[in-house]
Amino acid sequence: MKKVEIIIRHSRFNAVKDALVALGVHGMTISDVKGFGRQKGHKEIYRGAELNVEFVPKIKMEIVLEQELVDKVIAAVREAACSGSVGDGKIFVGSVENVVRIRTGESGRAAV
Amino acid sequence: MNAADTGFMIISSALVMLMVPGLALFYGGLVQRRNVLSSTMHSFVLLGIASVVWAVIGYSIAFGDDIGGLVGNLKYALLSGVGMEVKTDADTIPHVVFMVFQCMFACLTPALISGAYAERIRFKSMALFSLLWLLIVYCPLAHWVWGGGWLAGLGALDFAGGAVVHMSSGAAALACAHVLGPRMALAHGDTAPHNLPLTVLGAGLLWFGWFGFNAGSALAASPLAGNALATTQMATAAAMLGWLLVESRHSGKPTTLGAASGALAGLVAITPAAGFVTPQAALFIGFIGGVVCYGGVVLKRKLGYDDALDVVGIHGVGGTWGALATGLFASLAVNPAGADGLFQGNPGQLGVQAVSVAATWIFSYGASRVILAAIGVVSPVRASEDEEALGLDITGHNENAYRLY
Repeated sequence: MKKVEIIIRHSRFNAVKDALVALGVHGMTISDVKGFGRQKGHKEIYRGAELNVEFVPKIKMEIVLEQELVDKVIAAVREAACSGSVGDGKIFVGSVENVVRIRTGESGRAAV
Repeated sequence: MNAADTGFMIISSALVMLMVPGLALFYGGLVQRRNVLSSTMHSFVLLGIASVVWAVIGYSIAFGDDIGGLVGNLKYALLSGVGMEVKTDADTIPHVVFMVFQCMFACLTPALISGAYAERIRFKSMALFSLLWLLIVYCPLAHWVWGGGWLAGLGALDFAGGAVVHMSSGAAALACAHVLGPRMALAHGDTAPHNLPLTVLGAGLLWFGWFGFNAGSALAASPLAGNALATTQMATAAAMLGWLLVESRHSGKPTTLGAASGALAGLVAITPAAGFVTPQAALFIGFIGGVVCYGGVVLKRKLGYDDALDVVGIHGVGGTWGALATGLFASLAVNPAGADGLFQGNPGQLGVQAVSVAATWIFSYGASRVILAAIGVVSPVRASEDEEALGLDITGHNENAYRLY
């Protein structure tokens, strides 16, 4: 089992979500996050005072799925989320030791 | 006694009262989310503290019989003799209504100062400072200008509180900023307003309440109150545009905060002049008020003090401009009980206004420094580094304004 963390632009969220659901991903957790990478932040001005905002708002999606789906998911996310500009985001893939469904106590692949 | 005047003054008192929660919203939106309740309290609790101080002794210091031009005597302490009859034969409203109208000014003025010490003062110190400042600065100053004291004797014009309310709070704000030092967050640029819609809503409520503040200062449902209503609206409108214009040229874009700040600058600037000038003059006073207050705010960063929410830049600078502008534009044709200004051929009035400006700044700044130093001897005025970093809401009040669940 793998955990995929996807960080994307707000504007691409619906496209990415739809693409993942179409692939058969049947659950996800999302959150509003802020961060920075190569994309620079932006400038805000309050009463004439400039503030440099380094952290840019993004959406983070977390999904856990079976090994076989990972490559398809990565391809689908790239297609839906890529604008070609700096700041499109990143995908992190890691291993998950176990998953437990709280209601039934099922674990492993059955619980995903 | 006049029923229309009495009804008008009761409503005006209620309008001025609404300015206090309006100010709480205005300042609350400007601070960090971890300090919004603390800033809200800085204004709202003064409806409690200042009203009680006013009833016990404050009103009497301001409006009791004159002692040497400096303070009133204690004949009205604990509101004794302040009843449903008129205060003097010249009045047309119950004494008790006049007392409450003035009480609202005493609630608002120390709350204005809170923008300077926001996000880093201990609540106890804030409460003690406000109490002492009311007794030592506000009440005597109100006496000087409105209670038959020496500035009134000199002929200084201050219709609704340019000196008593705005310059005095601006000067006290400068003292607080000097004594407390900069917010820790300023060093890493972490001072952006956390909720500007609150601030704009607060500015709107201030504008609304200010009609009671300025028109009500005519103390009667009179043509002069109508003139103050018109000057207030026109100055505020012109100031908003003045601020936005200079802001757009200086920093690129007209901002929402700029519109709110400009409107407030106009309200401040017209306050001393509202009942002495024409609506046409008010357009000019407001427009220049918006421009000079923007300059005052920008100047803060050059002078290096952290007046967190720009009380000096808006109330200090705007109040000073308004007091001087009153000396320029005042006209006996508008208010026979006032005076002519420079443009009506009476340059002396500008000199008198300048004296009131200097006296107010020196007295309020100096006395505020002394009060802060005295409090500092007993306990630290400023919150600890940990308290400031965690936020004054949780460390000062055990509360959290925005909960995730």
